[in-house]
Amino acid sequence: MTDITRRDALQGLLAIPAGLALSPDAVERARAHVAEALVDQGTPAKQGAAQPAAYQPKQFSPDEWHLVRLLVDDVIPRDAHSGSATEAGVPEFMDFILGEYASNQQWMRDGLAWMNAECRRRFDKGFVSCTVPQRHEVLDAIAFPQRAAPEMRAGVEFLNRFRNLTASGYYSSRIGIADLGYVGNRPVAEWEGTPPEVMKWLGP
Amino acid sequence: MAQATPRAQPATTYDVAIIGSGAGGGMAAHELTKAGANVVMLEAGGMWDNARDSAMFRMPYDSPRRGASTPERPFGEWDACIGGWQVPGEPYTKAEGTKFDWWRARMLGGRTNHWGRISLRFGPDDFRRKTLDGLGDDWPISYDDVKPWYDEVDKLIGIFGSVENLRNDPDGMFHEAPAPRYYEHLVKRTSDKMGVTCIPARLSIITKPLNGRAPCHYCGQCNRGCATNSNFSSGNVLIIPALRSGRLKLITDAMAREVLTGADGRATGVAYIEKTTGEDREVRAKVVVLAASACESARILLNSRSARHPNGIANQSGVVGKYLTDTTGTDVAGFIPRLVDVPRHNADGVGGGHIFMPWWLDNRKLDFPRGYHIEVWGGLGMPSYGFMGGIQNYPDGGGYGAGLKQQYRKYWGATVGFSGRGEMVPNGNSYCEIDPEVKDRFGIPVLRFHWEWRDHEYRQVKHMQETFRALIAEMGGEVWSPMPTREQGYGIANGGAIIHELGCVRMGTSERDSAVDANCRAWDCDNLFVADGGPFVSQADKNPTWTILALAMRTSAYITAQRKAGAL
Repeated sequence: MTDITRRDALQGLLAIPAGLALSPDAVERARAHVAEALVDQGTPAKQGAAQPAAYQPKQFSPDEWHLVRLLVDDVIPRDAHSGSATEAGVPEFMDFILGEYASNQQWMRDGLAWMNAECRRRFDKGFVSCTVPQRHEVLDAIAFPQRAAPEMRAGVEFLNRFRNLTASGYYSSRIGIADLGYVGNRPVAEWEGTPPEVMKWLGP
Repeated sequence: MAQATPRAQPATTYDVAIIGSGAGGGMAAHELTKAGANVVMLEAGGMWDNARDSAMFRMPYDSPRRGASTPERPFGEWDACIGGWQVPGEPYTKAEGTKFDWWRARMLGGRTNHWGRISLRFGPDDFRRKTLDGLGDDWPISYDDVKPWYDEVDKLIGIFGSVENLRNDPDGMFHEAPAPRYYEHLVKRTSDKMGVTCIPARLSIITKPLNGRAPCHYCGQCNRGCATNSNFSSGNVLIIPALRSGRLKLITDAMAREVLTGADGRATGVAYIEKTTGEDREVRAKVVVLAASACESARILLNSRSARHPNGIANQSGVVGKYLTDTTGTDVAGFIPRLVDVPRHNADGVGGGHIFMPWWLDNRKLDFPRGYHIEVWGGLGMPSYGFMGGIQNYPDGGGYGAGLKQQYRKYWGATVGFSGRGEMVPNGNSYCEIDPEVKDRFGIPVLRFHWEWRDHEYRQVKHMQETFRALIAEMGGEVWSPMPTREQGYGIANGGAIIHELGCVRMGTSERDSAVDANCRAWDCDNLFVADGGPFVSQADKNPTWTILALAMRTSAYITAQRKAGAL
């Protein structure tokens, strides 16, 4: 394992909230066995440094790529709390997944074509040429399966899958994990159980 | 079978040859080398050392795959276990209409790299089911015979749990169990209210130092292989220590073909294929221990034919391959509104549930004969590929944009799931045999499976579904999937899906109806033993690994005693 990852892991250990009241001995013990554990663990793959402008998609045509980049951010936009799907590298993630798991290619291709066709039917232009309100009109028609019109079924099924894949990419990214507030996958010297404030929240 | 080129005669004759490096093989290697034997072990896969190979602490963004599965790792790219229900070049076949999937692990440590570390002793009733309900068969041994070995396994490997004094779920020598997670508190309260016994989990994870291993550090990633070896895997806890004795020769990438025998019918060694070269090889040994997994050991026995063993070794009775069982399984998950917006905290804990429900009812008052235990899942686990799929099923009904992001935040951690794991009654229509036509890429004849669930299992799984739905309703939750119908088998998993295959080389009191005796020694070959799930006479409502370990330790002690007495 690289020094960077070891350092991150040790920082993770040091970042245990003071409220957990660890004994110095317990911290030292955890630190020691983590340090020992991390020897020779191999080098983790580097996070693909997201440089969207330079990225050349392998599975999407230029037109599809343009559409995908708009659509992922319609699904997961930047908000006051965190960045957008494109900022989190979701289009690049999708490109990789389509290459590695080819069963995703057909529904993706058909779905992107459906989006364009629906936009042309409604507004006489493709998805990427639509205004934001026009794009949202189409999304409103397919994003809520229970109230979607029967003739929107192909769009509904596409968006269900596209939304799942967007969430997979987004919430497994650094940005997404920080958004959720996931604080695990790190060594803990003593398992203290559920914190008191969470027990209080849970109620009797 | 084709053996065009004669094999070179090996120079060494080992005291013991062990086929397989999983729970049973690892235990045999550990115990026999400790007792002074020179041992050779054949493993069909490659080397694995958690201290070097574990992917512990990787974050999903460390890989473009984000933790998704790969062909060699169906449980995710960082799962320790190399293997799956399909292994390239190693097919198996199924009789028409059979739904059965055969899991194989191909690496040092075998399936112990995969499992959930749920380590339950079989109870007194589990060894004498026929006496109690007339179904299946009794074991030739009792809980009292195995208890001392369970104790030794506890001491050697380590297990956490709690002393409960439950009659058929015997306590062990436990390390302290970790306190429940937030949703587990809710499940525990609900179970108490409904009269479902709910107790701390019993997992082979240590929570205090043991035999040079550090205690658990609660990163929740047991399945990736623990770099501190705070949980049990055969490779790091048994075999690598055995290698340090200098008395264990480990041969990896060695695919066993058959047990070799002499003119007197006794085992002389093992023929195998060296996978890296494709060449036929053999090892010579005074004693052979099969620990290749229940079905793989049956396959090796059935393929070991000679004039003295025309139907395969240990198979005078024709019982090898018969009475194959797996654990029954079904799962139900529910959305729990009162867990919405759970305050963020580290809920990882150990790599598995902190609570479980052992079988709590009396089958004499039910319409199915055997019990099940319940495993509980949920929480704030590490987000990765597949995160919260199907968000449109939550109360907002789907959406997009800033509102959708808010949904993912508030609903994360608000789902609780239950998995039932129950006892199947052995039946005559669930078995494996050698396929007369098909061979694997090494030229070894493959297994053909036959499988049938009976009403015993269907009714039990129906009860699981009803119980899980009632638990979720009592928590104020909602199940999105409808109750599966009888036509859908009440949601029962395929045979083999729970990866608890047992039987096939069953033990018994007579060579007329069993393959091995109460010491797991072949009736018709006195220097051949079986140390995996093969000798099990019945399942239980418990995972089998702890019993495989205890029986392998017991068999190893028997081999050592016989060797000392000059009988082997």
